[in-house]
Amino acid sequence: MTESQFTIDGVIVAFTEGQTIMEAASAANIYIPRLCHHPDFKPHGSCKLCTVNVNGRNCSACTFPAAFGQQVLNQTTELNNLRRRIIQMLFVEGNHLCPACEKSGNCKLQATAYQLQMVDSHFPHFYRDSRVDSSHPDIMLDRNRCIFCTLCVRASRDIDGKDLFAISGRGINKHLVINSASGELHDSGMTITDRAADICPTGALLIKRQGFSIPIGKRIYDNHEICEDCDE
Amino acid sequence: MTTQLKNIDIAAITRVVDANFKRNGQSPHQLLQILVQIEAEYHHIPGTAIELIAKTLSIPRASIISLIDFYSFLNLTPQGNYVILISDSITDRMLGNQLIIDLFCKTLNITVGKLRSDGRVSIKTTSCTGLCEQGPAALINGYAVPHLNAERVAEIVHMIEAGTPLNQWPAHLFQIDNNVKQRDILLNYSQESGQYNEGDALKTLFDRGLQKSLDELTTSGLRGRGGAGFKTSMKWHFCHESYTTGDADDNLGLICDVKPKDRDDCDRVVVCNADEGEPGTFKDRLLLTTHAHQLIEGMTICAAIIGACRGFIYLRGEYRYLYDSLRQVLDDHRKQNLLGDSILGEQFNFDIQIHLGAGAYICGEESALIESLEGHRGIPRNRPPFPVTQGYLNKPTVVNNVETFINAAMIVDKGGDWFAEHGTEQSAGTKLLSISGDCTSPGIYEYPFGITVREILNHCGADPELLGVQVGGPSGTFITSDEFERQIAFEDLASGGSFIIFNSSRCLFDIVQNFTQFFSHESCGFCTPCRVGTTLLTRLFDKIHEGHGSAGDLVELEEIGKIIKSASHCGLGQTAANPILTTLHRLPNLYQMQLKQIGFEPGFDLDGALDTARRLTHRDDAAAHLAQREEME
Ligand SMILES: Cc1cc2nc3c(=O)[nH]c(=O)nc-3n(C[C@H](O)[C@H](O)[C@H](O)COP(=O)(O)O)c2cc1C
Ligand code: SF4
Ligand code: SF4
Ligand code: FES
Ligand code: FES
Repeated sequence: MTESQFTIDGVIVAFTEGQTIMEAASAANIYIPRLCHHPDFKPHGSCKLCTVNVNGRNCSACTFPAAFGQQVLNQTTELNNLRRRIIQMLFVEGNHLCPACEKSGNCKLQATAYQLQMVDSHFPHFYRDSRVDSSHPDIMLDRNRCIFCTLCVRASRDIDGKDLFAISGRGINKHLVINSASGELHDSGMTITDRAADICPTGALLIKRQGFSIPIGKRIYDNHEICEDCDE
Repeated sequence: MTTQLKNIDIAAITRVVDANFKRNGQSPHQLLQILVQIEAEYHHIPGTAIELIAKTLSIPRASIISLIDFYSFLNLTPQGNYVILISDSITDRMLGNQLIIDLFCKTLNITVGKLRSDGRVSIKTTSCTGLCEQGPAALINGYAVPHLNAERVAEIVHMIEAGTPLNQWPAHLFQIDNNVKQRDILLNYSQESGQYNEGDALKTLFDRGLQKSLDELTTSGLRGRGGAGFKTSMKWHFCHESYTTGDADDNLGLICDVKPKDRDDCDRVVVCNADEGEPGTFKDRLLLTTHAHQLIEGMTICAAIIGACRGFIYLRGEYRYLYDSLRQVLDDHRKQNLLGDSILGEQFNFDIQIHLGAGAYICGEESALIESLEGHRGIPRNRPPFPVTQGYLNKPTVVNNVETFINAAMIVDKGGDWFAEHGTEQSAGTKLLSISGDCTSPGIYEYPFGITVREILNHCGADPELLGVQVGGPSGTFITSDEFERQIAFEDLASGGSFIIFNSSRCLFDIVQNFTQFFSHESCGFCTPCRVGTTLLTRLFDKIHEGHGSAGDLVELEEIGKIIKSASHCGLGQTAANPILTTLHRLPNLYQMQLKQIGFEPGFDLDGALDTARRLTHRDDAAAHLAQREEME
């Protein structure tokens, strides 16, 4: 092993100074589950789906820096059991009625759940009372499906330069708010060409009238498991 | 709202904003401080204020709303002219705070969480206010009122109904006792006992030299008193090092030459963590009252050593009543040239601002605290980088507890070897404990590290028959009598200062429930395991507490607990399951006895689930109800 290498599940992986474990793994085509991470944005580190074990300690791969000689565990039964429980937490916290959701088949939450072999929700559902915002002519926000990945927040702030979203509330009362006079989308200045409009990993933020242009069965994760190539 | 009224509001709010800018400088980082003051004036943040601040500070309105929504002491909807927040820690409950709540509600004709229709008064509960040994306690319009009883409630109700402004209420209501019960070197490091003279430690620092003084700190073995026990000299050294690259050691004492006016350009930052949020901890309350000079001197010493020109005291909102006296001590230091420009004639500028918290336990976590100082929601940062390399405004920052800074001043004054003679090898010096619960003499006790739990219990007059002791607060450990020989020390039982005693008449489940609810209420919500996990734990624990638990629920409690512990983002989540895990492990029999003797218990209330259907069909007959466990009982 050279000075710019470490291992993931025993496989030697190269990294460059400043890279996170996630970035180095991606470059080596090793998949680490993730929901709040997207290579185009500054890492957030909140969903904890990317939990890996680094030299005996659990860390978030998307934020933890890769370093020489690190021994990283990724695909272990223990970690995948932990990740399955975490994604089950997300499912019971929100209201994810996948069969009735436009995003089904293209949803990263759903795809990651399949990948982690989640077959039930395990925990009791919260039946969260969430507000749906369909005020915008072209875009719809269903907060029932929001997992607080903040990708829309980051995209609107860092790419669109509009700063249209923020996370409000504390603890379990956390929710997404919109930066407009009405608090709704219609007067926010959001458009379908915004990066924020197509970044949502779930069916929370959707562009209207496109939901079924690709039929169920022909969607991304209908045909293959979520993997490293999915973050095009 | 009429336009006229709106204009008056705007003028008044502008005054609050301007006053803050004048004191602390015009910067978006002042947002939280401005909101705290507007809340104090209006008992919520009016929409006009949000508009105005959004414009003046160019902050998106949604960010302001999300900030208000994060902190417990800020409100988007109007609260009463008199806001009563009843402290709801386990010790308040043990001292009968429910009776006090009931009494307030009855005599004021209000319900918890609702504004009285005339807008005069509202009442809610709040997390531990740090008055555990003089509870039940409350905050009224932000000011602490201890020792609530029927008589004092009547007095308060009378003044509320008469509309008497808070500053005309009798002073005895706000009288906070110090309750010092045992002094050792730190509490004796005071003017009264002739051990401390303002400025002596700073003079010694410059006489001896900065590097040599840091060496004394290393020799002393001082470790952080806020909980984690990190070596203080090492933290200061790292912070200094992260500024200069390479030959750091020779540069120690490189004096900051940034003028106080442009403090946002300052090189390094010193922060005192006076958030004291761990339930059952109230020793910093005392130190901020009686040892504020020593604290400020300790911070100034740190600034000289690391090369900082800017300092903050992050004062928890619950201790707002200490704000004015702290400002006076700062002024006093400025007058004596112990703070400000060219301190003691040296080429060294350093000054300190006080920032008020607004009701969020998570802001005691150092990186969340820094976020809050910057005027943001208190969300812990990803680490690395650590504050010592990138803290406040990404500048190298030292964050230490109140007690740590005072110890540091004393060590520079009296020497590292002298200090290291106290305590144990790995835990030098003394520890201040805040003792509350079932004992005859609750209060503040200072002991050398290494003292056993049993010695402490004997000393403070603990009840003879004990259920156990919670050492280190809810995030610490619950121990029972077979562990009373254990020592208070970083290598054995670590404690930030909380020590709560429970006698054998106390219900374990009341205690654990209070702690578990505390964590879910205080979770910042950033990461999934803590946000969802603490809520799952609370619900499951409530079910067991109510007598509906089954054996499987205990297995589930433990599993969820371990998930939160191993996957959470910060120390809050990593310790949130401790009350459950440490008691499950030590008192499994009590848990077994609490369970229903049945093989199956539904995860939710079957009959309750039918409620909506019953309402829709206008039925309430026997057949419209489901017995939960009919066949099995
Ligand atoms: C949830 C949480 C709350 C904390 N609250 C406090 C606190 O109120 N006061 C404190 O000094 N440290 C608190 N800490 C510890 C701080 O993060 C930090 O370690 C400490 O201020 C460092 O100072 P020290 O080295 O002097 O102990 C808390 C940590 C966590 C995770
Ligand atoms: S709306 Fe979508 S992108 Fe935005 S935070 Fe929620 S889940 Fe993430
Ligand atoms: S562990 Fe809890 S308090 Fe800490 S970041 Fe996660 S949600 Fe916030
Ligand atoms: S992908 Fe790393 S925490 Fe979400
Ligand atoms: S399928 Fe609808 S949220 Fe994922």
